[in-house]
Amino acid sequence: MSEEKILTLLIVDDEQGMRMGVKRSLRHFAMDIEDTDEVIKLKVIEASSGEEAIVMMQESPPDIVLLDHKMGGITGIDVLMWINQNNLDLMAIMITAYASIETAIAATKQGAYDFLPKPFTPAELKVSVRQAASHLVALRQARELEKEKRKVRFQFISVLAHELKAPLGAIEGYLYLLRDGIGMEDPAVHDKVVKRSLIRLGGMRKLIYDLLDLTRLESGQKKRELSSVDVLDSARNSMEMMKPEADRRGIIISLENSSETIPMLADNGELEIVFNNLISNAVKYNKDNGSVTVVVEDQSDQVLISVTDTGIGMTEDDVEKLFGEFVRIKNSKTRNILGSGLGLSILRKIASLYSGEVSVKSTVDVGTTFSVNLKKT
Amino acid sequence: MNTNKKVLVVDDDSDFREQMEMMFTTRGYEVQAAPGRKEAEEVFASFTPEIAVIDLMMENDDDGFILAYRIKRKFPECIVIMVTNVTGETGIEFPGADESSGWITADAILSKPVRFEQIEEELRKLGSS
Repeated sequence: MSEEKILTLLIVDDEQGMRMGVKRSLRHFAMDIEDTDEVIKLKVIEASSGEEAIVMMQESPPDIVLLDHKMGGITGIDVLMWINQNNLDLMAIMITAYASIETAIAATKQGAYDFLPKPFTPAELKVSVRQAASHLVALRQARELEKEKRKVRFQFISVLAHELKAPLGAIEGYLYLLRDGIGMEDPAVHDKVVKRSLIRLGGMRKLIYDLLDLTRLESGQKKRELSSVDVLDSARNSMEMMKPEADRRGIIISLENSSETIPMLADNGELEIVFNNLISNAVKYNKDNGSVTVVVEDQSDQVLISVTDTGIGMTEDDVEKLFGEFVRIKNSKTRNILGSGLGLSILRKIASLYSGEVSVKSTVDVGTTFSVNLKKT
Repeated sequence: MNTNKKVLVVDDDSDFREQMEMMFTTRGYEVQAAPGRKEAEEVFASFTPEIAVIDLMMENDDDGFILAYRIKRKFPECIVIMVTNVTGETGIEFPGADESSGWITADAILSKPVRFEQIEEELRKLGSS
């Protein structure tokens, strides 16, 4: 079922016959809006003078105005000027008896959308109204989209601010303790305060780097250097990098590969980000003495990378939430794990550069598998 | 100096808990800390706090409010100080701690980072120092 959207059309003309004619012609007007299942219908209202039209528009502004130029009392141009001064969001179509250049110029200056020279046929009227209506709808959609974009941007910035304020507050707090010498008689406390401050600073640095990575990727400014690389090399490099942290917690990282080498045309830096993100998360959210399995498969047209951990896992709701920016699943198990909340956004962005996608499978308390497929082009 | 006054600190940020513990203990308070609402409720089954310092947003955005409410109901004498990172960046201002604030049962609301002098100041205003 398509949804009906009613636009109000105001016909302003001092000839009653004209108003009746317009009403009759537009009675069964219906128009589909592109890319939606909405249908536009019209509600036609009338005014017999410019003065009356202004009173009506003050009450509730219509969407489209059919405006006769020459009326007793104020002219159509005067009404148009009033509409302009009051910034009404509508489309005006001027009806002119004599197609005079002066009227046309004056009306255009005042923002008339179209002209209908008298006499016109019902078909001509419908064409003009149809154009005005679709223009209006497109304009409003664009405005809505712009508003939405601004909102998303604002949200992004306020979440970012919040994510930076938390570590900032922690570090400031420790510095006050140091300054005031609270608890500092004990050298172990002093060391802990310094160590924790550095860890929180590291978290801030990571967030800023992730943010820069993401912005560069999104703006397309990060220069891509595609060369033939062995995907397994990148995998092994990342595994090597995460090994100290994994060892500390007794976590074993292993690699399963479908062939000896898996060559692909790719940007080394991008592959590195993909593996670093996947493997560091698999370690971070793992249980002590757990395992991380990195699988790289050569599937002729694409390379499939999946990393499975034996960690805390996520509920279906969490998995759904996970795909937003700055989303970090907050619960008692993740409380002490630091992260920027941007890793997955970055991952998806890179995957999209290879026409690929990121998918997640997870079971609470059993583990999670993140998969990324990268198309060979 | 209030020796042995009992303080409950609830925050999901381990560093903030650590700092509060250090500040209160060096001044002779007895401190219990909990990382979340549930854990805090377990703590006050056997610990009667006289002062509670609670973070507003923990696992859920309103955990702090709910906890403050429960503490006030269970221990009407307990002074509840809410701390938050939220004010400022979102422009959300919380109403003050007077009776008109309705269901917000905190006695004071402070923005992070919190300095001990601020807490002392609030406690003095509330007649507990």
